[in-house]
Amino acid sequence: MRFAILSFPGSSCDVDMYHALVDIVGVGAEIISHQEADLNNFDAVVIPTGASYGDYLRPGALAQSSKSIDSLKAFAATGKPVLGVGNGFQILVEAGILPGAFLRNKGLKFRSGNAKLAVQNSTSTFTSIYEQGQHITLPFAHEYGNYYVDADTAEQLKEQNRIAFTYEDGNPDGSVERIAGVLNEEGNVLGMMSLPERAVEEIIGGTEGLPLFRSILKNWSEKNVNHA
Amino acid sequence: MSTMHEPTAQQVKDEKLYRQMGMTDEEFDRAVNMIGRLPNYTETGLFSAMWSEHCSYKSSKPVLRKFPTEGARVLQGPGEGAGIVDIGDNQAAVFKMESHNSPSAIEPFIGAATGAGGIIRDVFSMGARPVALVNSMRFGDLTDERDRYLFEEAVAGIASYGNTIGIPTVAGEVQFDNCYSKRPLVNAMAVGLLNHEDIQKGLASGVGNTVLYVGAKTGRDGIHGATMSSSEVAVDKEEELPVMQAGDPYLEKLLMEACLELVKSDALIGIQDMGAAGLTSSSAEMASKAGYGVELNLDLVPQREEGMTAYEMMLSESQERMLVVVKQGREQEIIDLCKKYGLEAVAIGKVTDDKMLRLTHKGEVVAEILADTLAEDAPVYHKKSEEPAYFSEFQAMDNEEPAVGDLKETLSALLQRPTIASKEWVYSQFDSQARTNTVVAPGSSAGVIRVRGTNKGLAMTADCNSRYIYLDPKTGGKIAVAEAARNLICSGAEPIAATDCLNFGSPDKPEVFWQIEKSADGIAVACRTLNAPIIGGNVSMSNEVNGVPVYPTPTMGLVGLIHDLSQVTTTSFKQAGDAIYLIGDAETEFGGSELQQMVHGKIFGKVPAIDLEVEATRQKALLKAIQSKLVQSATDLSEGGFAVALCEKAFDAEGLGAEVTIKGSAVTALFSETQSRFLVTVKEELTTAFEAIVQDAVQIGTVTNQNKIVIKGDNDTVLIDGTVEEFRSAWKGAIPCLLNSEA
Repeated sequence: MRFAILSFPGSSCDVDMYHALVDIVGVGAEIISHQEADLNNFDAVVIPTGASYGDYLRPGALAQSSKSIDSLKAFAATGKPVLGVGNGFQILVEAGILPGAFLRNKGLKFRSGNAKLAVQNSTSTFTSIYEQGQHITLPFAHEYGNYYVDADTAEQLKEQNRIAFTYEDGNPDGSVERIAGVLNEEGNVLGMMSLPERAVEEIIGGTEGLPLFRSILKNWSEKNVNHA
Repeated sequence: MSTMHEPTAQQVKDEKLYRQMGMTDEEFDRAVNMIGRLPNYTETGLFSAMWSEHCSYKSSKPVLRKFPTEGARVLQGPGEGAGIVDIGDNQAAVFKMESHNSPSAIEPFIGAATGAGGIIRDVFSMGARPVALVNSMRFGDLTDERDRYLFEEAVAGIASYGNTIGIPTVAGEVQFDNCYSKRPLVNAMAVGLLNHEDIQKGLASGVGNTVLYVGAKTGRDGIHGATMSSSEVAVDKEEELPVMQAGDPYLEKLLMEACLELVKSDALIGIQDMGAAGLTSSSAEMASKAGYGVELNLDLVPQREEGMTAYEMMLSESQERMLVVVKQGREQEIIDLCKKYGLEAVAIGKVTDDKMLRLTHKGEVVAEILADTLAEDAPVYHKKSEEPAYFSEFQAMDNEEPAVGDLKETLSALLQRPTIASKEWVYSQFDSQARTNTVVAPGSSAGVIRVRGTNKGLAMTADCNSRYIYLDPKTGGKIAVAEAARNLICSGAEPIAATDCLNFGSPDKPEVFWQIEKSADGIAVACRTLNAPIIGGNVSMSNEVNGVPVYPTPTMGLVGLIHDLSQVTTTSFKQAGDAIYLIGDAETEFGGSELQQMVHGKIFGKVPAIDLEVEATRQKALLKAIQSKLVQSATDLSEGGFAVALCEKAFDAEGLGAEVTIKGSAVTALFSETQSRFLVTVKEELTTAFEAIVQDAVQIGTVTNQNKIVIKGDNDTVLIDGTVEEFRSAWKGAIPCLLNSEA
């Protein structure tokens, strides 16, 4: 299985994602510059965190006007998995691939640390190895992590089982309905502010992000067993 | 400002315009004598910047010569952008600390941010990938609104730069004292990694080679920053404030990636950051170090504003710029490389053989001075040094215990002192895990990162207790180094090198210069004894408000090597039943202690004594025990003494507490700041092996699963008995409470 890590200028943590995928999960991955953005030969796309375009205007706002977003939308339309973490989630929202918007953290400051999440949907291609309701602890680091959707959209997300994770430790950044991760309608695009690639080795902060990548790999392997 | 009205050389002299640029009459005369004519306005600007304390170390040179700068691991000592130490396997650690105090006093967010930006450039200009940041900050005690503002904004600024560029901040320290009111200290340290063959130097050599300008355009920001940083900030005279240079971490990220690709090219001759004194210092120093000359055509310098004069271009401190010398004929490939990162690279000059720094502007030669004259021939001052009267007074005082009431309440009050209290409010604003190498994040003795592809790690810390240094600079200087080394040892690292950031008041005050000299003596001997050569650093003078200097604050940044990552040790208790050991007895030593400041509202008397031989012996023994995997947790005793350290070991250890028995006078045993002491926990079955290595360790109790801190004294009297939770909430809540914001 081959992952494209879609990198914009300032997407500093593309190397973190690469390390997690290649050295730990053991899949193929390539850091793809937004200028190339030929995603056709990949099985999944990940948009890493960092500060694309220096977070100018709004986090993700400038990246979403890159031409590569058209390729990304086309890729997502094929039903293959697309994961955006941290700034990658913000880009997916700015590009309209996922609903909502990001506000500044409720405390008005950049915050980093570990957040406890509850797995609300354990059937998605990203979460199937987790147990329903399982609590996992993942690192985060953001200033605009306050996820907003209006009440109708929040209701719709619930009905369609599109809330992948919720915050279980007080929701300090203020996200609507404690939403920590959200899926698109088809279930093949996931955005989350927590950073699973920072939780794949015991020595750097636990391994509770590992099942997320392994879920993607497992589901891909099951579908592609005949071609493999 | 326009070229039309630029004063003539004669006017510069007659109207003593050089004084506005920070030059003294004697310095101007020296410059005139050296070049054999009157310097014009631009040339006077070059002299004033290059001969500022920031660039020339003219007042501190005689002191800096005292420092040990060599060692078996040292590959590059002071003099380049950053120092370099060998860490084995053909790899090296590159690091340096720098101050950004004056800018942070004026505009704390921008000032602190550009401080981080500057030190990161120093590291990648050596060819190294910056992998971690450390910071050390000082503020007033947060009772004043301006000090709260400076604290909040400086933290946000220094955080924002590292977070945006994607380099983790893994360690730091913040202390509070009203001597820093309105005059904060913001010191930033960056640590990088490189392979030996990639070491770069700032050299402009090879006649005919091309000088390229890479990065941001030059604007009128930060003109005379180097001179300003060497003078007192006039906090009450806002109209005199200079235009501050602002940083752009996004641009620096692009510049960093371009430079790290550039250093692999054989077309590269030399590279240097345009830091303090911008284009002037980078060109003059690169030429001087290489023994060549440099000729620049200022018409070609990318400019952000119209009508800039030669003077303004040369003195601008616009951020995120590098000066690069490449082989003649290879310019285009370097320009193309930069373009890939969205950066402008422009050929602005060439290397010559006449050793001159020659500037042309609009077809005329506007400056022509020997590069060595600017870079090497600044005057060296042997400033007057005088022991202040307070010193002998304090030395004559007897050591006394401060009078305290209830011991538990005293402990709780100490835990709420901002210097001791949890700094989570600060470090939660830092991304400490970017690059996914952070093994120990802020909150333990030292930050630890792994070195990818090996089983090694680097530990790093910054420390300085300026109260000790004020009371007794020589002893305090020793303690600053010893404490930093202890923090590395407690993390399982062997100290390998140091950087310093010497923050003082005006060296023209004999009492301040005495503080500088004496603290340097202490630092030098401690660095020698503890095997931490100083490989680079920074001097920041004239940190004063209304003529009153801050406490002398020579911050020490130390880096240690962890030979095997499985030896990494942290502060927190690990499991119930482990034996708690105290290394080192408490003496009645409260001069400069947190308890003395809290009880008396001031500091006085003799500081805790330090015997560097005892220190070295204990550090070696403890490191050996840690490396032999006999130690579960380790921490040194610092501000607040034993009781504070014991509590800190329990705060992040879910469900664990301690029961211990201590000897002697309760106040001394609990709160004294006697040096060279450690608190260590050891698995019960390993105690014999541990005691064989650390012979002066004494078991004083055990880790319990009671979630309580119980400290007994002589005859089993209970001195302190409280829940971990009540102490933790005092410790955690203090800074948010002072700032009146949510945690």
